Amino acid sequence: MSGASSRLSPEAPAAPHAPAAGLWRRVFSTDHKVIGKQYLFTGIFFLFFAGLLALLIRWQLAYPFEPVPLVGRLLFRRDGFMGGEHYTQLFTLHGSLMVFFAVTPILIGAIGNFVIPLQVGARDMAFPRLNMISYWTIFAGGLVMAASFLAPGGTASAGWTNYPPLASDPGMTLGLGQTLWILGIVLAGTSTLLGAINYLATILNLRAPGMTLARLPLTAWSFFFTSVLNLFWIPVVAAALILVLLDRVAGTSFFLAGARAPFEGGQPLLYQHLFWGFGHPEVYILILPVWGILGDLLSVFSRKPAFGYRTSVVAMGAIVAVSGIVWGHHMFTSGMSPLLGKAFVFLTLAVSVPTAVLFLNWLGTLWRGAIRLAPPMAYALGVVFVFAVGGLTGVFNALRAFDVYIHDTYFVVAHFHYTLAASVFFGSFAAIAYWFPKMFGREMDRRLALAHFVLSFLLINAVFFAMFRMGLAGMPRRTADPFAYDYLKPLRPWSVFAGWSTAALGAVQLLFAWNFVRSLLAGRRAPANPWGAATLEWSVPSPPPPHDFERIPIVRGGPHEYGRPGGGGLDFVPQHEAAAAP
Amino acid sequence: MTAPADVREANLPATGIPTGKLGVWLFLVSEVMFFGALVGSYLLLRMGARSWPDPARTLDTALLGANTFVLITSSVTMVLAVRAAERNDLRGLRRNLLLTILLGTTFLALKGLDYAHLFGAGITIDASLFGASYFTLTGFHGLHVLAGIVALASLLAFSRRPAFARRREWIENAGLYWHFVDVVWILLFVLLCLL
Amino acid sequence: MGFPEDVSVHGHLVDQLYAHAFWLTLVAFLAVVAILGFCLVRYRAGSGRPPRYTHGSGRGALFLTLALAFGVFVAIDLPLALEDHRAWEAIAGSPPDPGRAFRVQVMPQQFVWNVRYPGKDGEFGTEDDLTTQNRLHVPVGLPVLVELRSVDVIHSFFLPHFRIKQDALPGLTTRLYFEAKKTGTFEIACAELCGSEHYRMRGLLHVESPEEVEAWIERTREEYGADQELWQAWTRMKRESE
Repeated sequence: MSGASSRLSPEAPAAPHAPAAGLWRRVFSTDHKVIGKQYLFTGIFFLFFAGLLALLIRWQLAYPFEPVPLVGRLLFRRDGFMGGEHYTQLFTLHGSLMVFFAVTPILIGAIGNFVIPLQVGARDMAFPRLNMISYWTIFAGGLVMAASFLAPGGTASAGWTNYPPLASDPGMTLGLGQTLWILGIVLAGTSTLLGAINYLATILNLRAPGMTLARLPLTAWSFFFTSVLNLFWIPVVAAALILVLLDRVAGTSFFLAGARAPFEGGQPLLYQHLFWGFGHPEVYILILPVWGILGDLLSVFSRKPAFGYRTSVVAMGAIVAVSGIVWGHHMFTSGMSPLLGKAFVFLTLAVSVPTAVLFLNWLGTLWRGAIRLAPPMAYALGVVFVFAVGGLTGVFNALRAFDVYIHDTYFVVAHFHYTLAASVFFGSFAAIAYWFPKMFGREMDRRLALAHFVLSFLLINAVFFAMFRMGLAGMPRRTADPFAYDYLKPLRPWSVFAGWSTAALGAVQLLFAWNFVRSLLAGRRAPANPWGAATLEWSVPSPPPPHDFERIPIVRGGPHEYGRPGGGGLDFVPQHEAAAAP
Repeated sequence: MTAPADVREANLPATGIPTGKLGVWLFLVSEVMFFGALVGSYLLLRMGARSWPDPARTLDTALLGANTFVLITSSVTMVLAVRAAERNDLRGLRRNLLLTILLGTTFLALKGLDYAHLFGAGITIDASLFGASYFTLTGFHGLHVLAGIVALASLLAFSRRPAFARRREWIENAGLYWHFVDVVWILLFVLLCLL
Repeated sequence: MGFPEDVSVHGHLVDQLYAHAFWLTLVAFLAVVAILGFCLVRYRAGSGRPPRYTHGSGRGALFLTLALAFGVFVAIDLPLALEDHRAWEAIAGSPPDPGRAFRVQVMPQQFVWNVRYPGKDGEFGTEDDLTTQNRLHVPVGLPVLVELRSVDVIHSFFLPHFRIKQDALPGLTTRLYFEAKKTGTFEIACAELCGSEHYRMRGLLHVESPEEVEAWIERTREEYGADQELWQAWTRMKRESE
């Protein structure tokens, strides 16, 4: 690893990755900015792909076993409708691609890579070559996932949770597709894990002089916490998936039981404990960067310091600490020990306390500010709304007596989409809109972005509100035709409504795609600091030169010095400048 | 320009821990979780099992004990290699690296013997929960030993190049990993073979 | 609220718990939205009012933070945790009196609910058992104890009209209790993905008077008898686990 080489003295702009010579150096770049863009394009590709899968899912649920228009004949059978096996594959891949190949690369891979070194005042990641390997590992994972579609019998079909025995019994889920899926997820996880090591080492060790932990922007803090969770929990899910893999291919029986098991003693429930041991931290892994970004953006666009910086950091840390011991609320109906159940109810409810502190701090930042409704701010305010819905409906899932009713229904689906889809995607759009000028040196069209936000906001609420309604009525998730049940037949209009809202939501995303591509090619040239932001990334040109900083900056103040009285001509004090005496 | 009081030496890593070493420690945290998940699963499966073969009768404990001794010795030679690197004693470094690699290879060879012995007795990965756990745990450990041998061999080859002088800390980092793999084996030995 | 009709003795506890959680979280939600809306209207840039320079790190802010944390804990978390505890104790805290309870075994497999009734002697695996598929007859006004064990993959026995569900696993017996307060025919849904035809795993629950159930069992056994072959697995597994 070239760890030491990236630790440059302030004066020496030595060149571990000088202006790339040739295509090879550009493709296999070790520059965190290039790698960040590679993650971004990969993530957006999978976002659209997995979004199209969602569209097919909603078609089936709105019009069960009716031929899929346009693409049905191409994708499914001669007569153009999907069967139960297609449907299970669709939602399995929708979930796993969104989590591991869309959200993770966009938020953690792209934004993390691009922003962390610039915000802490480093010239690159601690281990640039490892960083490059991380990207190409998830790229390989993506290829393996793509290959799983071509496997005989199709891709994986055991849900993103991959519960054995369904997933591990070779006779239950059709062969190769499921096996390739496991390999693809393990590759994606490895990539994220290597990234986490890099992010932690960078944030801990490569901070510029004066960048104390108490001066780290909240975005950098949130990537620190997310990386801690990745470091601890990705290995656990990797171990669980490898054991499933061995059950499939090596004839072991870790998670198989009953008559079909080759030998006695396997425990299907053990997998669930391992999976949710990772799985619950995973939801914080995905939402933490959004919290951090929100903390910084609300401050920039309210022209006011982030309210309660320290309590925000403590709250995020508390959630990281408790996230590893609340997994049981995913397993209230599983047959796990009743005593454990009580502890999980209480611990899960306790998460609401630090979450409330975060809300207080976000609203406290807005309070008596001077709010500018630029696109990043609009998205960020959208997050406050949808995350309030997502967070508060989490309370219901913690209540065992109620959870037993809504477990594995659309109530749960709606809840986690409010957090992991609505909140995370508005958070990602906020981040993309905010850092786009820095990444590409061009500005996005603000009016298009605002239109995209308003329409997406209305439609995403429509889709998932309908799902809450269906979930409360007891509609189980993952059923290809819920209306096979008489008690669910009256809900058909809601499903049709959710379906067309999803289609519209998908169409609105073309606005974003158009804005993204057009701005990339022909957007207005961006100045170094278009938002008047104080953190270090805005002190360098847009886009930054290959080595980010001509001289390693010396940090003299906090990340949120906006609206400081007596601040001279500017209404903020950049982190690398000393505040004028008031 | 005089630097403010809160400005550290820009050359130093902010935590004072060399960055490469920090990276290795972070990696080892993830390794602890990985083996922790595997060992935890093993313990839960074993506690839940109605019967479990007596390791003393199933496994060749003498062979495995000897193997434990081999690996512990390799940790000692690894320490000597790190010390030699600190003293700039290139010959001592190479000698001890080579010894460590040889001991690691011996460990794998004895492991092979152990596997052959078990196969002969009909104990395979797909025959029982005991076989599945034993081969999975020791197999992943063996892969880690193999990776360590490859890393040490590349360091040995690299030590002949002039650039090695600036990469002295790599020996120490490789040593950290090697000791970790050693500790994992001792844990596995106790859990699989003695209890 | 959109729930299916509640026909169980304990279902109202779940519905009440939902209602209380709904009102409590609604208050919190409206507070967030109100403050958000107020700030958006009142504190826009260009109003000429300079933003207030504060880090929210003083004593007052800390007090506010602690008060909110304490308030959320005491006003939302504690009452809901206590109510949940009471509700769950009532629903599933202790198994029903074996002398009174109507016992039945359900052994799902892809994509069928196998049901076994013990018959008059109350013992499973005897001559007077009855086995059926996809239909479960239970008495009204008596506690019902369902023992679950799966043949193949994990299924989940879901009674939406009774607000209860329980996973059925291979190699492990799980239990579920409920008591119907009304006769009628209701649906059994599978709530855990069990394969590509998961959606077809629909069963029917007939709640009848105890006499009707008994008569139905007698009548049906005479016609169909008990196909015990599948259930030997259960008996074997049970003996092994004891």
